[in-house]
Amino acid sequence: MSKQVVDALAAKFPSAVTRTGSAHGDEIAWIKRDDLVAVATWLRDDPAMAFDSPVFCTCIDWLDYRPIGRPVSEHWNETKPRFTVCYQLRSIAKKNRIRLEVEVTEADPRLPSLAGLWPAFDWQERETFDMYGIRFDGHPDLRRIYLYEEFVGYPLRKDYPKEKRQPLVRRDDLPVNPLKAAEGKSH
Amino acid sequence: MADAQSLKQLVLGRKDVQDLSDNEAELPPELMTVNMGPSHPAMHGTVRIVLTVDGEKIVKSDIQPGYLHRCFEKESEHATYTQVFPYTDRLNYVSPMINNVGWAMAVEKLMDLTGKLPKRAEYIRVIVSEMSRITDHATCIGASAMELGAFTPFLYLLKAREWLYELLEKVSGARLTHSYARVGGVSKDLPLDFDADLTRCLDRIDGVVVDVEKMLLSNKIFYDRVVGIGAMSKEDAIKTGCVGPIARSCGVDYDVRRDFPYSVYPELEFDVPLGTTGDCYDRYLVRLEELRQSARILRQCLKQIPDGEIMSDDHRVALPPKKDTYNTIESMIRHFKHIMDGVRVPAGEGYAFVEGGNGELGFFIVSDGTGRPYKAYCRSPSFVHLSTAGQLIHDHYIADVVPIFGMINMIGGECDK
Amino acid sequence: MGLELSTTRLEDAAKWAKQSKLARIPEWGRKFSLFTYPFVTACCGMEFMSVAAAKYDIARFGAEFPRFSPRQSDLLMIVGTITEKQGPALKRVYDQMAEPKWVIAFGVCASTGGFYQNYHAMPGADQVIPVDVYIPGCPPRPEQVLDALIMLMDRIQDGRGHSQLRLKRDAMIRAQEAQAGDGPGE
Repeated sequence: MSKQVVDALAAKFPSAVTRTGSAHGDEIAWIKRDDLVAVATWLRDDPAMAFDSPVFCTCIDWLDYRPIGRPVSEHWNETKPRFTVCYQLRSIAKKNRIRLEVEVTEADPRLPSLAGLWPAFDWQERETFDMYGIRFDGHPDLRRIYLYEEFVGYPLRKDYPKEKRQPLVRRDDLPVNPLKAAEGKSH
Repeated sequence: MADAQSLKQLVLGRKDVQDLSDNEAELPPELMTVNMGPSHPAMHGTVRIVLTVDGEKIVKSDIQPGYLHRCFEKESEHATYTQVFPYTDRLNYVSPMINNVGWAMAVEKLMDLTGKLPKRAEYIRVIVSEMSRITDHATCIGASAMELGAFTPFLYLLKAREWLYELLEKVSGARLTHSYARVGGVSKDLPLDFDADLTRCLDRIDGVVVDVEKMLLSNKIFYDRVVGIGAMSKEDAIKTGCVGPIARSCGVDYDVRRDFPYSVYPELEFDVPLGTTGDCYDRYLVRLEELRQSARILRQCLKQIPDGEIMSDDHRVALPPKKDTYNTIESMIRHFKHIMDGVRVPAGEGYAFVEGGNGELGFFIVSDGTGRPYKAYCRSPSFVHLSTAGQLIHDHYIADVVPIFGMINMIGGECDK
Repeated sequence: MGLELSTTRLEDAAKWAKQSKLARIPEWGRKFSLFTYPFVTACCGMEFMSVAAAKYDIARFGAEFPRFSPRQSDLLMIVGTITEKQGPALKRVYDQMAEPKWVIAFGVCASTGGFYQNYHAMPGADQVIPVDVYIPGCPPRPEQVLDALIMLMDRIQDGRGHSQLRLKRDAMIRAQEAQAGDGPGE
């Protein structure tokens, strides 16, 4: 039943929807960045669509993507956009679900914010910014949510090492004190 | 004086001189910034709330989560699909079985195994999920009541929780962090005499729930502290993505078990309680009723559970039988590859969700054909609910933050992942 | 004259045997009336609640009431994972507590970081504050917690908690300086 939603969406915004897909029962529509707000507004306000409830907003970093069992054309390379921001929406009344995916390049990681349409995306977009560094234009309060302000870098990107800690405070008498080492280097 | 005036104007909006009452004109009260947390008595989770208060009334709040951000996503990318189960346990740690089942279902969805598991495995998953749901609601109600001063319901509900912990320990080996489900089924079968043990346990829990109700429902102190506090309208609940008992207390009729049924829920009969006003009292009532409905589901499951296998025999997910592993080289290699490389999930992406203790708990997995997830995102209901807390505590007193925060059931591990 | 600033268990036992019953009373009083500050962050908090509840009653050891103010408590129980963001808050709470104070790292996340080795989970709370007793377990069983509490009470009685040793060392240094001051200045 969600298939009709995606088909109606593709019919209404033929230029915005670059492709549609269906995977394991999920309906996905790839949207161009500039048309995202228009598409989302229509999905929310149109009575037949009625996507009133947001589910999640997250981002996929394709840097290390080399899927096994797939042709080499599906592997990531520098010509493809590095990030895909996913928005999942649901309609409580119609029991439909749809996922909007927007491709974003590393050179220009900006996206219009959907926080004005659904308040839940306020914090979800802050989380995506915190973890991946995607900037959302028009977001009321874009700052880090999970990590502290002094943190440098975007940890969920594939090029951030998992164990690279940036400690705020350490005991003075630790045998190995990363803070002291950092101070020593900077002086 | 001038600074206090401008701060008040800044936050509350411009106020002309003639709008000030006599009192205010003579003694304009300052706005104060009060910090609650990150270490605070509410045992639910570690979060920092910076409140700007006018006297005792909250005019602005800044909720800062992230003090328990344990990097579930980053750790999952370096672990095999089966090694992620302990990480999922620690997401919503009051109902850990539901997280395990949710992760297993998400991986099975990507492997097209949904609905192909043996019936017994599905029933066991539902049984342990509902037991975890009872522990979740018992902890929430008990801890919230304790924070309001009612210590006895806390002790009674924790006593009930101990019985369930003992049973869950017999089933999975651990009291709290079970890591029980596996991709394709569950790891161990139910112990002997489980039916009798669980039935006895449920009978005793019914008694405890009756006692707790008697202590709290008609208690004027409790009533005054929670009725009308933190009310949310139905439209706000839907717009802000609220799910679970919070949304249901506002009147949003959405329960994943009934609307998008998974596992064996279509064969089980249960009601979904709905509230009306969405205040803390309704949330408390909805949770108590859900506790009873979970007990009802458990009784039906015990009657309906069939005998059979507890793990799918699909060779992609199941370990070979030990007899073969020890005697044939092919099975031994298959066992080795299965453990070292993990369950190989074909490349793709998918989102699967279950009804957690707090609502729709979903996992969005992107796989690249290897045994490790390429991306594993957890859609946690507590994170969404905490984002609404700022709107809920607005215009309430500082003391009202306690019941509101308690009944939201913000579990730190789930909120901060 | 060399001054031994460290104490071994044997020396302590010898001193304890020579101590009069009267000298043991303050430590006896302290160990049976611990006011805990449960710095609860994560899943271990659930087991802490079980320990404090009716079945594994912590009240029978005297540690009944949690005091949620560092000024009023003497046992800081770090329950759950400590993250880098939480570090300054933890240090501040510890600094605000009055001496003598003891610290229990409850759970393996607070002891060594547990199985979390990533950019945010601190590898143990002892990166920030000195810990007296470490309780392994994820989460530890309530019986383990009670065992750790008894171990801590033994340490308190012997005067070997970090805070007690620090006070003793400061007193010895002051006494040494006073002696050195008296000698040449006479």
